[in-house]
Amino acid sequence: MRFKDVFSIIGPSMIGPSSSHTAGAVRIGRVARHLAGGLPEKADIYLYGSFAETYRGHGTDLALAGGLMDFHTDDARIKDSLELAEQAGMEVVFHPMTQPLPHLHPNTARLVIQRKGNTFEIAGCSIGGGNIEIVQINGYAISFTANYPTLLIFHEDRKGMIALMTHILQQYDANIGFMKVERKSRSGDVLTVIELDDAKDREIVKQLRMLPHVRAVHFIHLGEGERE
Amino acid sequence: MRFQSLQQLKELCESERVTMAELMITEQMHESAQPRAAIVKQMSDYYQVMKEAVHKGIHEPVKSRSGLTGGDAKRVHDYMSGGASSLDEAACRALAYALSVSEVNASMGRIIATPTAGSCGIIPGVFVSSQQRFGWSDEHMVNGLFTAGAIGYVIANSSFVSGAEGGCQAEVGSAIGMAAGALTELRGGSPEQALHAVGLALKNCLGLICDPVAGLVEIPCIVRNGFGAVTALAAADMALAGVRSVIPSDEVIGVMLQVGRAMPSQYRETAQGGLAQTPTGQKLAKQWSSPEGEQEG
Repeated sequence: MRFKDVFSIIGPSMIGPSSSHTAGAVRIGRVARHLAGGLPEKADIYLYGSFAETYRGHGTDLALAGGLMDFHTDDARIKDSLELAEQAGMEVVFHPMTQPLPHLHPNTARLVIQRKGNTFEIAGCSIGGGNIEIVQINGYAISFTANYPTLLIFHEDRKGMIALMTHILQQYDANIGFMKVERKSRSGDVLTVIELDDAKDREIVKQLRMLPHVRAVHFIHLGEGERE
Repeated sequence: MRFQSLQQLKELCESERVTMAELMITEQMHESAQPRAAIVKQMSDYYQVMKEAVHKGIHEPVKSRSGLTGGDAKRVHDYMSGGASSLDEAACRALAYALSVSEVNASMGRIIATPTAGSCGIIPGVFVSSQQRFGWSDEHMVNGLFTAGAIGYVIANSSFVSGAEGGCQAEVGSAIGMAAGALTELRGGSPEQALHAVGLALKNCLGLICDPVAGLVEIPCIVRNGFGAVTALAAADMALAGVRSVIPSDEVIGVMLQVGRAMPSQYRETAQGGLAQTPTGQKLAKQWSSPEGEQEG
C-alpha cells in the first residue's frame, strides 16, 4: 500500500501551494537534515523533471531549504527560509537539471549536503499528497517513506549481521514494519533500512553502533503528528 | 486496513453495523497504535485549519505568490450576498468557500491537503457550507473527514490522487468523490448510497487533464475546486434521492487508473499541453516559470 493511513489522505497540514512540490519537498529536506544530524554548512540541490521546470512558482526551493532548517510542512517561516538559511550559516545552491534521472518519478530532488567534514547524498521523490519516497542514499538504491521512524545502518556484509541487529531491536521491544538490505557487492558495503512501528528508546541507536562491522547508524524520525 | 475496495468498506460497515467514519477511526487506531482521542484530536485540528482558510480568503482576500490569481472567492461571496446568483445560497457558499481555500493555498497560506494541495478547496467548501446550512457540530464534521479519508484511501491505493500521475481527474476528481461520499453519510445516507455518490461524482471527472498555466496551482486549479464543490453537492443529492451509479464505484476507480495511465505526459502537470500551452498560457509562463538561463545539463 503506497498510502498507509487516513492522515496520508486527509493531511498533511501544510503551507501551499502544492502538496507534491511544496509539502513533499519540505519532507525530503527534513530527511536530508536528519541524515546529516544537524544543520548542514552547504547544500547543493539538484532538481529534476517537474521540480526543475516549476520550482520557482511552487516555492519548491523555499520548501527544500525550509526542510533543511527542520521546519515542519505547515511552518509559516517556509516563505522566508532562504533568508533564514543564510542567517543560520547554511549555503544553499539550486541546480535545475534538464535531463531527468532515469526510472524515477517526475518530481525528484537530489541533495548533496556537507556537515562537519562529512558529505551525504540523498535522492527523494514526491509521489503526491505530501508523501515521499527516499530512493537513494550515498549511492545505495533503497526505498522508504519517512512516515515511520527509520533506522539506516551502514555496515559490512558479514554472516549473522541481520540476526545481531534484530536481536537488539527485540531487546527494546521494537517491531519492524519494513526492512531492506542493499549491498554494493558480496562481502562489501551494505545499507540496511529498517522502519519501526513507533519511536523506541534512542538507546537502540547506541547499541547498534557498538556492533562489530557497523560503520554508521542514522535515525530518521520526523515526528509529524506528535506536536501540540 | 481491512479494506482495499469500496465494496469491502461497505460490507464491513454493514456487517459491523457502523458508519464508514467509525470504521475508519477503528482502523486508524489499529494501524497507528494510537488512542482514539489522539486521532480524533488531530483530525479536529485539521478541521480548524480548514475553517480558518475558508474565512481568510473571503474576509482578507489574498493574492497568489505569482500575482496571477486572487480575490475571486470574495467576488463570488459578494455576488451571492446580493441575492443574484443562479445557484441557491447553500451551493453558492460551497463554491465561494472552495475558491477561498484554494486561493489561500496559492498565496503560500496554511491549508490541509485533501487529498492534495491542488484539490484542497473542495472538502472544506462542501463541509463548512453544509455545517452552516444544517447546523451540524464540529464533531459531526470531523466524523465526515474520516469518511472522506476512508474513500480517499481506497482511491489513492487503487488508482492515484496526483495530477502528475493521473491528471486532474485523479486529483480534483478524487476530492469530489470523497466529498460526495462523505456528505451523503453526514446527511444520514447508507454506506451503499455513499458509494453511489462516489461513483456518480467520479464518472463526471474521468478524463480531466492536468494542464496548469506556468505549472502553478492556480489556473485552472482554483476554479476547478469551486466547480468541484458544487459537483459534490449534486452527486450527494442524486445518491440520497436514490440515483444509483450503475457502474460500481470500484470499477469507475479502475477506469480512472486506466485513463490516467493512457494520458500523455503533456496532460499530467508538466504544463506542456492544454491550457498551459495556449498563447496566453505561454505568455504568463514566461513571466513565472523557472528561468531557462539557470538550467544545467
